[in-house]
Amino acid sequence: MIGAKSGFNNNSINWPDESEGGYRVPYGVFTDENVYREEQKNIFRGPLWSFVALEAEIPNRGDFKSTFIGDVPVVVVRSNEGEVNVLINRCAHRGAAVCRKLRGNTSYLECVYHSWAYDLDGNLTGVPFRRGVRGKGGMPSDFSMAEHGLKKINVQIINGLIFGTFRSDTPDLETYLGARMVSAIKRIFNREIKVLGDERQRIHGNWKLYAENVRDPYHASLLHLFHTTFGLYRSTQVGSCVMDEMGRHSLLVASQGTSSKDDDEEAYSNQRSFNSKFELQDPSLLKGKREFDDDISLVILSIFPNLVIQQISNTLAVRQIVTYSPNEFELVWTMFGYEDDDDEMRRIRIKQNNLIGPGGLISMEDGEAVELVNRAITHGGGDSSFIAMGGGKAESADHLITEGAIIGFWQYYRQLMPT
Amino acid sequence: MPMKTESDVWLETEISSLFSRYAACIDGDRLEEWPEFFVEQCCYKIQSRENYDRKLPISAMECDSKNMLVDRIVSLREANIFAEHMYRHIISIPLILSKSDNEITTQTNYLVISTLQSGISHIFSAGRYQDRLVRIDGQLKFVERIVIFDTNSIRTQIVTPI
Repeated sequence: MIGAKSGFNNNSINWPDESEGGYRVPYGVFTDENVYREEQKNIFRGPLWSFVALEAEIPNRGDFKSTFIGDVPVVVVRSNEGEVNVLINRCAHRGAAVCRKLRGNTSYLECVYHSWAYDLDGNLTGVPFRRGVRGKGGMPSDFSMAEHGLKKINVQIINGLIFGTFRSDTPDLETYLGARMVSAIKRIFNREIKVLGDERQRIHGNWKLYAENVRDPYHASLLHLFHTTFGLYRSTQVGSCVMDEMGRHSLLVASQGTSSKDDDEEAYSNQRSFNSKFELQDPSLLKGKREFDDDISLVILSIFPNLVIQQISNTLAVRQIVTYSPNEFELVWTMFGYEDDDDEMRRIRIKQNNLIGPGGLISMEDGEAVELVNRAITHGGGDSSFIAMGGGKAESADHLITEGAIIGFWQYYRQLMPT
Repeated sequence: MPMKTESDVWLETEISSLFSRYAACIDGDRLEEWPEFFVEQCCYKIQSRENYDRKLPISAMECDSKNMLVDRIVSLREANIFAEHMYRHIISIPLILSKSDNEITTQTNYLVISTLQSGISHIFSAGRYQDRLVRIDGQLKFVERIVIFDTNSIRTQIVTPI
């Protein structure tokens, strides 16, 4: 682990010393406009990989999807050769968005403003009145079509997950992800997937509050009370929280059937609202099926900066973070199953989807938690949070009562941001 | 367009009145009564137009029994954490799409305005209902209510039914 830089100053954000056995994050880092701008440059357009789409979303030649990396609009498109391109969605002429649809299939991209046309590799193929009309007007004679294409960014794909980077010095994707995260991805993306739908959630808070949330197993059984009530997931279960070597990615895992109801009565005896007497009128909601060669029932795999891959029981999803401003982001959930799911498995996934997403019985609280923090820190002055559960260090843990991965996130974040 | 008979007009009024009572039940926070608008083996879904139009199955909420509706409400009251809010439903006159001796299908626009504790109101969701109604012991009940929302990016979370 690379040591954190103590007390350094970025854009007038003062990071407190870490001399008291915990880690402090100054609230200004969530609210400051300059910090947001620097993040766009150094993180989202920095030397790392951002998730843009699943290959299953654009299976055919000409299929495209519009999305964002940070706040830069991009089009993910499958070319006529079957390759995946990620193009910046901005006309080379005067900057209009070239692709105005969320999804579709096309053989070319054309800007509606002045009809500049591009092929699916981003090459400029047509400029109306390029040679003028009756000898008048037109582009300069030295205008080169080849130099005015859509900007194409680097793309790498792992098991159907498409990532893009703006930089040429970004290490290759598997190196960036690290061996642990790669094997966790390969566990879930082990065969052809089938997209079951998307859900979108607009959260009025800073995106990093969500990055903290998904690296925080400590909150799971305390904020999401549906878990504790129905025994889907408990802190007394066997679980772990591990990071890649840099601490930037995090893998939370919990296994099923490893804790008893009695243990929980004891562990939660001092918590609010623990009520194991609460029973579902229709327990078919919780009906699931073992589908992996292990007992893992929960995986929250957070890939820096904008992706979460999840398995909660039989629900499988990717969640993409799209930033809009220091205090607004969108969370785009893409739920999926496998191509070879039978009808029963498909029904299980659809029904269990009630647990996740913006209306999810066990996940809806995260949006509110982010906003609760955001509202209270907007005028934070020089105040900061205090993160110490599990020891206050960016360390992996073989339990879930830890905030180590949050510290890992911040240490890597600070390496990317200007000192 | 064929002339409306007196019984058509009566039916429209009856359906409008049902939908108004449904909205008043939710807006009045009498959520425990909400499942009673449905038959036992019902389907209630809140689905984005984005998924509906692509014929993809994922919904923000999907209940396939009256008991699941009850569970949603118990969870809302007992387990879920959310910002305190009030809903105000504005619904259009229902369009009757088909009717037979045992089933009526309708489509109706809705607008849900949400007011938070701060006193600020915003449009939480705009969309349409697609319904299948049956008459049981003289009362119209939902066999199916599909809420298809245009407001595709859900603000913060969704906990209260539409």
